[in-house]
Amino acid sequence: MSQWAMVIDLDRCTGCEACVVACRAENNVPTRGEEECARDRHQSWIRVERYLEGEFPDVKARFMPVLCQHCDNAPCEPVCPVYATYHNPEGLNIQVYNRCVGTRYCANNCPYTVRSFNFFAPHWDEPLSYQLNPDVSIRPGGVMEKCTFCVQRVQKAQGIAKDEKRSIRDGEVQPACAQACPAEAIVFGDRSDPESRVSRLSRSNRAFKLLEDLGTQPRVVYLKNSSWDDTSLSAPKGK
Amino acid sequence: MNRLPPSNKQINEDLLRPILDTTWRFYAAVLILGSILAAAILTFAYQVYQGIGVTGKNWPVMWNLYITNFVFWIGISHAGTLISAILRLTKATWRRPITRCAEAITVFALLIGSMFPIVHLGRPWLFYWLVPYPSERMIWPNFRSPLMWDFMAINTYLVGSLTYLYLPMVPDLATIRDRSQGLRRRIYAVLSLGWRGTATQWDRLERAIAIMAVIIVPVAISVHTIVSWDFAMTLNPMWKSTIFGPYFVVGAIFSGIAALILAMAVLRRVLRLEAYLEPLHFDNLGKLLLTMSCLWFYFTFAEYLTVWYNNEPHELVVFWSKVSGRYAPLFWSMIAGCFVVPMIFLGIRRLRTIPGVALASLTIVIGMWLERFLIIVPTLANPRLPFVRGGYTPRWVEVTITIGTFAYFGLLYVFFTKLFPIISMWELKEGYHARSHTVTGTLPVADLPASGRLET
Repeated sequence: MSQWAMVIDLDRCTGCEACVVACRAENNVPTRGEEECARDRHQSWIRVERYLEGEFPDVKARFMPVLCQHCDNAPCEPVCPVYATYHNPEGLNIQVYNRCVGTRYCANNCPYTVRSFNFFAPHWDEPLSYQLNPDVSIRPGGVMEKCTFCVQRVQKAQGIAKDEKRSIRDGEVQPACAQACPAEAIVFGDRSDPESRVSRLSRSNRAFKLLEDLGTQPRVVYLKNSSWDDTSLSAPKGK
Repeated sequence: MNRLPPSNKQINEDLLRPILDTTWRFYAAVLILGSILAAAILTFAYQVYQGIGVTGKNWPVMWNLYITNFVFWIGISHAGTLISAILRLTKATWRRPITRCAEAITVFALLIGSMFPIVHLGRPWLFYWLVPYPSERMIWPNFRSPLMWDFMAINTYLVGSLTYLYLPMVPDLATIRDRSQGLRRRIYAVLSLGWRGTATQWDRLERAIAIMAVIIVPVAISVHTIVSWDFAMTLNPMWKSTIFGPYFVVGAIFSGIAALILAMAVLRRVLRLEAYLEPLHFDNLGKLLLTMSCLWFYFTFAEYLTVWYNNEPHELVVFWSKVSGRYAPLFWSMIAGCFVVPMIFLGIRRLRTIPGVALASLTIVIGMWLERFLIIVPTLANPRLPFVRGGYTPRWVEVTITIGTFAYFGLLYVFFTKLFPIISMWELKEGYHARSHTVTGTLPVADLPASGRLET
């Protein structure tokens, strides 16, 4: 059984946010409009965090795409009173939209703050509604959602591989964010295969995991030349 | 000044007057409180129809005013049962006029508090999925979730405190039954469960009350501990605290006593109970409140000092946002309301009068509401990754619903005092005339007429 994982090379990331747009298109993530975004109600399954280092004029921007880390020891899972979020055997942290009653406890207990809540029923301005992906269900209002590692693509590839009586090849499944990344900073694959790109990159001495000391065992590995110290960075203005 | 204790007849007359006579004040109160409640209900309907987004909730502050109210009201509910049970168990004579008032607060505050997690849901109409009912799909709720523990604990407490409110009311219900005719008589006949006042009935009643008083104490403590675990079980800065259980219980009893004093002060004036709710009761409760204020301050100090000294960056962000940042005005109001004002008005004997104690209680209730808010919002507004930090401004929807619940509380109290005597008549009589009492068990000597009848 595959164990899905992701590697994000921060030294390659340019902060272009193509991943954010691709994810929105692939996963039918609703757009919320100016007014709602001003109220901190924007929804996205992946975000590019931008941190500024140094004092003006000697300023450097650092980018870090953050998405659901699909933690092996996910803090969001035990707190849901109705089992709307659980771990599947392939290591994906799954959100069952139909079961979610909207306590938002999972979002509170996510140290990465990657869970996104539908404060209202979804809505797409014309003509955005014509580009909805038929492979992904639309979530009703009052329901939590988040990155699925594009589980619909995983399942499609598994179906094809099964028909052809073979196992999935490395690189055969690509989530929308990895596919869209012009710098190829995002790599997705099976970490149970020691020869997959994800496994090889994870062994790099540049590898680290986000907030690893919390013991959440994230499945997303970041690569960075110097270690990422989130406490020494300042968030952009207005935050 | 030594007054004679009121006679049984006098007690019946004084305490049944609000039930048997309906004044314009009753209608006025029902009208005003009822309109506010109706506004809140309509607002909730609007929220259900439009979506939870009409409130000020945002990302990442997913929990805010509703959960604040939830913790606050569940805290208030500890007034009653706990105070009344402890006073009953220690056979404190001065408890007699205040137990029922306290027990009623418990039930109403619980009804209101337990409503909030449902009001707060994204899809409130599906709240019953938290009930472990047999389902054809074999889906059960997740018993690992602190919210499930909450659900179980609060329901247990609600059943327990309803029983505990009802049991000591049975003899009084029979008194009302005997003094009324027609439909009212039939209703109270059912409610009083065929009470005739025989020695066996008294014996059983007192035993049942004693058992309930013992059972209800651990239940009450477990409830607020579990409420605190909604926060303490998470990984969030300034939530994952080992002392949250006792800290919340102390805060709950603290705010509960304050609410009880406020309710008593109002009832005393409105229902003309000056002869029963005397300065002694306010003085004694004031001292208890002072103790709780010190205890609360100790816990708060211990909690904040350790966070500050540990110097853990994620925790400190939350710490400073409370102490000197965005939430500092609320934080220092909380300290003033829960500690400084009570120290002055409860600590100085000359100021510990009924208005003084009531004033301190009011600032405590407000301060404890702020405490709940300050536990919830600053932590959520400052998650570990600095990029996603946010803030929270309430909007009219949750403000209306919050105000509505206070009106609802008042309304429940108005109806309760209309239907039932707010002071336990038989316990009062028992206290005043202990010697001639028909109880088969022996009463301790200390239970003789309220010793010293105060202001002497």
